[in-house]
Amino acid sequence: MSEYVYPVLFGMACGLFDRILMLRTDYRQYPTYLHGKIIHVALGFIASALGAVAVPALMEENITAITFLTVAASQFREVRNMERNTLAQLDSYELVSRGSTYIEGIAVAFESRNYLVIFTAMITTLVYIEFNIVVGLIAALICILISKKLMGGGKLKDIVDIEFVKPHFVNEGLYIDNIYIMNIGLPQRQEEILKYGMGFILKPKNFDARSTIANLGQRQAILHDVSVALGVYRDSGTPALVPLAKRDLEDGRVAVFVLPQNRDIQRALEIIGNTPTLENAIRMPTERNTKEG
Amino acid sequence: MNLVMSIEKMILAIITTNPKKAPSGIAVFHCDNQEEMYKICSVLEPILDGIAHKITDEIMIIVKH
Repeated sequence: MSEYVYPVLFGMACGLFDRILMLRTDYRQYPTYLHGKIIHVALGFIASALGAVAVPALMEENITAITFLTVAASQFREVRNMERNTLAQLDSYELVSRGSTYIEGIAVAFESRNYLVIFTAMITTLVYIEFNIVVGLIAALICILISKKLMGGGKLKDIVDIEFVKPHFVNEGLYIDNIYIMNIGLPQRQEEILKYGMGFILKPKNFDARSTIANLGQRQAILHDVSVALGVYRDSGTPALVPLAKRDLEDGRVAVFVLPQNRDIQRALEIIGNTPTLENAIRMPTERNTKEG
Repeated sequence: MNLVMSIEKMILAIITTNPKKAPSGIAVFHCDNQEEMYKICSVLEPILDGIAHKITDEIMIIVKH
């Protein structure tokens, strides 16, 4: 048996373990049970195998083996496409859609997780070969912690203050605080909205946050997350009962109007706060001055 | 959002108690009073899959969003 068998197996195991740790099914229900998971665990296995095998190949001065990694790269770009296509197709059948920004964010996350797996497998294999299995385990632990940190991402509560405000009508206009949401003509619908509707005001903590929550994709992500977690009082053919997020042009506050089935204010505040800030929506206008000045 | 111009919203029907004020070229429902106006609107809303908006006390529109 080659001297590299155990290090490679160890690297693969660490990589796969890292992938499984990053595969969470939570209230957003993605990935769904079993089948979706199997795909990602299998791809994680391939990724960790590629990463682990690359090290002995290089040590044997088989430099061309590195081209193998380019195959991996194109393979995982395919993962991103797969995720994007699946989610985009499903999105049209959601009562409250995810929106393309959110979908793109998820797809990018899935691709990058596989790269983190390759990285973990490579480092642990290398460390095992150079030192021993104990140091290898420490390296694996550090890699997993780094992966966790990189995959964590920001939460909305870090950049905004969230406050519950009851929606109200001024004539036919639906308002949350002073932010106009939409015009509802039928008194019967107005009653429903006052009964089931909840309003939230997101107040940006700084100028960067103002641009981030202004992004339409970010706002759709908030609506989607709240609707998934708390249910939604709506059906096809009732477009008047649509959750909306509108912006105050004066100061950049965003009013979120939702119609949840479970009207637990505290829980809704938590869920909005835990909505990820989408990396495609993050804007940092204030960075410009510091870099260029 | 799209660079290509497309019509995203469209008035599907007008419901009014004052036909003089209603625009032409669209299906207009004439009503005797506001109650009838609301009644017709609540029937049309699910059929047309649109939202009933009130413009003035005399005119309501059903809009496809």
